[in-house]
Amino acid sequence: MVVAIVLILLIVGSVLFHLLSPWYFTPIASNWTTIDDTISITFWVTGIVFVAVNLFMAWAVIRYRYRKDRRAEYEPENKKLEWWLTGLTTVGIVAMLAPGLYVWAKFVDVPDDAPVVEAVGQQWHWSYRFPGKDGVLGTVDARYVSDKNPFGMNPDDPNGRDDILISSQELHLPIGKPVKMLLRSKDVLHNFTVAQFRVKMDLVPGLVTYIWLTPTRAGKFDLLCQELCGIGHFAMRGSVVVEEEAAFQAWLSRHPTFAQTSAQAAGDAAAGKPLYAACAACHGAQGEGTPALHAPKLSGQGDWYLKRQLKYYKQGARGTHDKDVFGKVMVPMAATLVDDAAIDNVAAYIKTLPDRPAPATVKGNASNGKQRYVTCGACHGADGRGVQAMNAPGLAGMSDWYLVTQLKNYKQGIRGTHPQDQYGVQMALMAAILRDDQAVNDLVAYINTLR
Amino acid sequence: MSYVAHDASAFAPPAEVREVELYHPKTWLGKYVFSQDAKVIAIQYAITAISIGVVALVFSWLIRLQLGFPNTFSFIDPSNYLQFVTQHGMIMVIYLLTALFLGAFGNYLIPLMIGARDMVFPYVNMLSYWVYLVAVLLLVASFFVPGGATGAGWTLYPPQAILQGTPGESWGIILMLVSLAVFIIGFTMGGLNYVVTVLQARTRGMTLMRLPLTVWGIFMATILALLAFPALFVSAIMMILDRTLGTSFFMPAIVSMGQKLEYAGGSPVLFQHLFWFFGHPEVYIVALPAFGIVSDLLSVHARKNIFGYRMMVWAIVAIGGLSFIVWAHHMYVSGMNPYFGFFFATTTLIIAVPTAIKVYNWVLTLWRGNIHLNVPMLFAIGFIFTFINGGLTGLFLGNVTVDVPLSDTMFVVAHFHMVMAIAPVLAVFGAIYHWYPKITGRMLDDTLGKVHFWFTFVGSYAIYYPMHYLGFLGVPRRYYAIGGTDFIPESVQSMNAGITIAALIVGAAQMVFFYNLVRSYFKGKPSGGNPWEATTLEWQTPHTPPTHGNFGRELPVVYRWAYDFSVPGAPQDFIPQNVPPPEAATGARDRA
Amino acid sequence: MAGGSTEDVHGSVLVQPTLKLGLWVLLAVVTSLFALFISAYAMRMKLGDWNPLPEPGLLWLNTGVLILTSAVMEWTRAAANRGQKDGVRTGLFAAGVLTVAFLAGQLVVWQQLHASGYFLGANPANDFFYVLTALHGLHLLGGLVAWGRTTAGVQRGVALGAARLSVGLCALYWHYLLLVWLVLFALLLST
Repeated sequence: MVVAIVLILLIVGSVLFHLLSPWYFTPIASNWTTIDDTISITFWVTGIVFVAVNLFMAWAVIRYRYRKDRRAEYEPENKKLEWWLTGLTTVGIVAMLAPGLYVWAKFVDVPDDAPVVEAVGQQWHWSYRFPGKDGVLGTVDARYVSDKNPFGMNPDDPNGRDDILISSQELHLPIGKPVKMLLRSKDVLHNFTVAQFRVKMDLVPGLVTYIWLTPTRAGKFDLLCQELCGIGHFAMRGSVVVEEEAAFQAWLSRHPTFAQTSAQAAGDAAAGKPLYAACAACHGAQGEGTPALHAPKLSGQGDWYLKRQLKYYKQGARGTHDKDVFGKVMVPMAATLVDDAAIDNVAAYIKTLPDRPAPATVKGNASNGKQRYVTCGACHGADGRGVQAMNAPGLAGMSDWYLVTQLKNYKQGIRGTHPQDQYGVQMALMAAILRDDQAVNDLVAYINTLR
Repeated sequence: MSYVAHDASAFAPPAEVREVELYHPKTWLGKYVFSQDAKVIAIQYAITAISIGVVALVFSWLIRLQLGFPNTFSFIDPSNYLQFVTQHGMIMVIYLLTALFLGAFGNYLIPLMIGARDMVFPYVNMLSYWVYLVAVLLLVASFFVPGGATGAGWTLYPPQAILQGTPGESWGIILMLVSLAVFIIGFTMGGLNYVVTVLQARTRGMTLMRLPLTVWGIFMATILALLAFPALFVSAIMMILDRTLGTSFFMPAIVSMGQKLEYAGGSPVLFQHLFWFFGHPEVYIVALPAFGIVSDLLSVHARKNIFGYRMMVWAIVAIGGLSFIVWAHHMYVSGMNPYFGFFFATTTLIIAVPTAIKVYNWVLTLWRGNIHLNVPMLFAIGFIFTFINGGLTGLFLGNVTVDVPLSDTMFVVAHFHMVMAIAPVLAVFGAIYHWYPKITGRMLDDTLGKVHFWFTFVGSYAIYYPMHYLGFLGVPRRYYAIGGTDFIPESVQSMNAGITIAALIVGAAQMVFFYNLVRSYFKGKPSGGNPWEATTLEWQTPHTPPTHGNFGRELPVVYRWAYDFSVPGAPQDFIPQNVPPPEAATGARDRA
Repeated sequence: MAGGSTEDVHGSVLVQPTLKLGLWVLLAVVTSLFALFISAYAMRMKLGDWNPLPEPGLLWLNTGVLILTSAVMEWTRAAANRGQKDGVRTGLFAAGVLTVAFLAGQLVVWQQLHASGYFLGANPANDFFYVLTALHGLHLLGGLVAWGRTTAGVQRGVALGAARLSVGLCALYWHYLLLVWLVLFALLLST
């Protein structure tokens, strides 16, 4: 008896939960309203069956509960009833399947006029490629991939010369125009998911997969990887900005073509030397860092990382948080580097400075830290030397007190929260793993053993 | 007389089964450790499977603690979080449920229910258990090797399963794959036994269409497993070679962490096809025995014949057959040719028809019954409710268009836990409360059983029903932390905390069950041979617990189907299968 | 609808000895295993980097040896049925020697291929060749265990009925593995 009442309560509760739930599909931002319609149909059919069959069961439990003086009916089968139920079920199934297949037929049929955009996934970030003026993407291959050519562009393919490379986690798309997203992975499986678009697809190394959609709502949408891709899976975040055509074109024109990135001259260390004089005041003539001035060691750090940070300071993506006291100092300093070439030159000069490990100043339990470093090592390398392909700077032999400060900044939301800080978001998610100061010190103490 | 069973040809042909020559153990070791008695092997399987299952249960708590209270527990980092997720899934699906349903219930119930003295190949049957134990030990060993167990997800998808960036990519994955291969070899030994025993060793009069549905469920599940596990075996071998000898079966050209690897040309999707060719039937390997068991529990405790027996048998067969042509519905967004979606959505939704028939027939068995609401019946009702929920959400995921937004979200997690975790586990509990008296001669405590039922049933619903709505929202599965996303509101965190609390309570409630198992073994009420007044042969044995050889000097002869409950005109509301129809009654043995 | 009456079921199934049915079920499992490998082969083959490897002439000889083994097994089975104990002994011995010869031949093929640079890992065609031949060889090795038990039994002079059954089972298994080999060989030749 109790069980019947509980069943009825669960049925009513489930229906109420469904009706009142604040958690439901996000407002759609693409043309795939038909997908939402098939979901509604499925809800109606399954909802009716759920309520009807379970209520019938609850009623049967009440009505036919054990009584000493009664016997159950003996009815081995009832062909007519069974066929009726089979028939009704089939009708319900067809009612769900037919619209489903109809919509799927649209999914596999990409509009002819949809331009292509490529999303490239790798552990654990996104980048994108537009075909440029010729509308054709150049060929790519894993064997061309290098730090200079992260997209793996075929240098001999003329179609690739004008491809526009977006080395950023943020993709922009024009509103109201169909687009065919080509999906490519450099390493493992990933999945391109924007909840508001409804459609998603895996990125499979060795294949190019696709989805197509027409963005219908302007805004910035989270792009999540939804196929398990390793330790950093949960931190593989990008975003898609849907905007008017003009804004989109302006954004696109700010990015270099493949021809431009390959023609880019390397930084000139000699030209960088005088520029470094301003830096040397704090960071030291050899780039060895000055703890008293809160200036970290620079020598031995990847030039690509230094360049990115200098640009962040210039753009206001770093050093703008109220509590980032020492970061603020860097802002006017970075501003003295007038253009990208100056940044390249100074980074090239720093690269020539001798890399002597900074003295260890942080005390902690290195063997505890070793366990925690497993996660860090996935990007920064087991040896802590940093991996450019992962956008992960070197840690070993760098100023340990600076690592502590920065980890705390990430934890407290001082760093890694600015929307333009592309890869800081990941570090903010990762630094959250370190529960307290002791954990931070242990970790840094372990990193100190890696020099 | 009117109470001749509905199928009952009174005809019972002479035995063509020769009396099996039984192995008689001479030593203590031979009797309790290296036993060839299916009943002992069943208990060994059950204890091993449940022990490793408890480990997986603890893993699920750790997963939930992280999701419910992120950044609180310093011992859960992204890397061992993935290891918990992976090992929880792998253990629960393969090492617990498959081993429990087929190894434990199969071994205990098949010979007793079909009227056989033992399995047909007892020695191979014993080997099967020991090989299974080796597989479990290999799995446990993988927790302790450098790098720890694999954290590639229970699907072990390449390339990431064997590349850096995934926990356990060095030794863990190799031990995992070897353990699976060993498991499959062990299972094949057992499976041969179950199939051949059902086909060859049925007692006189036990036609296939008189088999209890439990046996039908286990029989069909075994056939599925025998044909499906080779797919996992093949993919395990090929992945081991990819990992150790540098072949490129599944591995395309890859730039991993900035390094170009030696691999070229392989296909990760090929692995997924092989994996799911095993993986989908695996769902039914777990579900079909549960279907069978629940059918029998309902019939016995509602004192009514199972409704539409033939339909039920054919539904089991149809589901088994269809389960081999639906696998790619797990791969709608895997990057396979999208045109496959049409075919697999259609076959998947077709399989819903025989499944729905089973549900109707269970509910119609209750209808006009005389329902004892005892613990096994409660679990059976809980199973139906949970299974209906999980089955219906399966229609979302099977229909390709609806699947796309839900794929890889918490909706999937909620769905498969309802349909192939909670529902089968409720069936397992029901079965244990039902058959425990036969296995031990004592009843399990009723009050403790009810406490266990309510916490487990309502608690699980509280865990998984709301979880579907996280999926609708788009919360991804296998995420260590959600972090900041615009479309996921703060309230999701409160819901996750609530789910975690429910999960901890449900987990703790299982301790009541274990306590009941142990306490009742010593202090339970003596049950007698047939406490539920059931009709099937295992309840008609001369001794309880059944002794070696099961049926004493003479095997029972079967005269009727397994569901002669409340036959009009019969003196009692049940007629055991071995009671001859009245006109032949002169020759009938007394029932013990 | 099949299955109503007892005779059908018992009549049709129980004519098989239990062991024989067990072997048939095992063969069904092995069939599933090879069939899945072959489908994987077919799918992997289409992926572009497939470089078929040459079929050494020795494979033809090995195939001949395996056919001969099967024939000898069949002859032995007939001898067992006729009750000729000596024939059974000779036949089993010959079949064993031929099987070992086949396996040795396969190893020589591996060596030849390896010597001419067709390494494992160099191309999927090589990988599949090594894996499939190894798997087939392992099944034959497993068969040799059963063969050993049968031979030992015959030497000890077990009852003719039992010997007849186990010789029959060996023959069935060898025929089956010959069939598998012919399918695999055809697959290798055609690709």
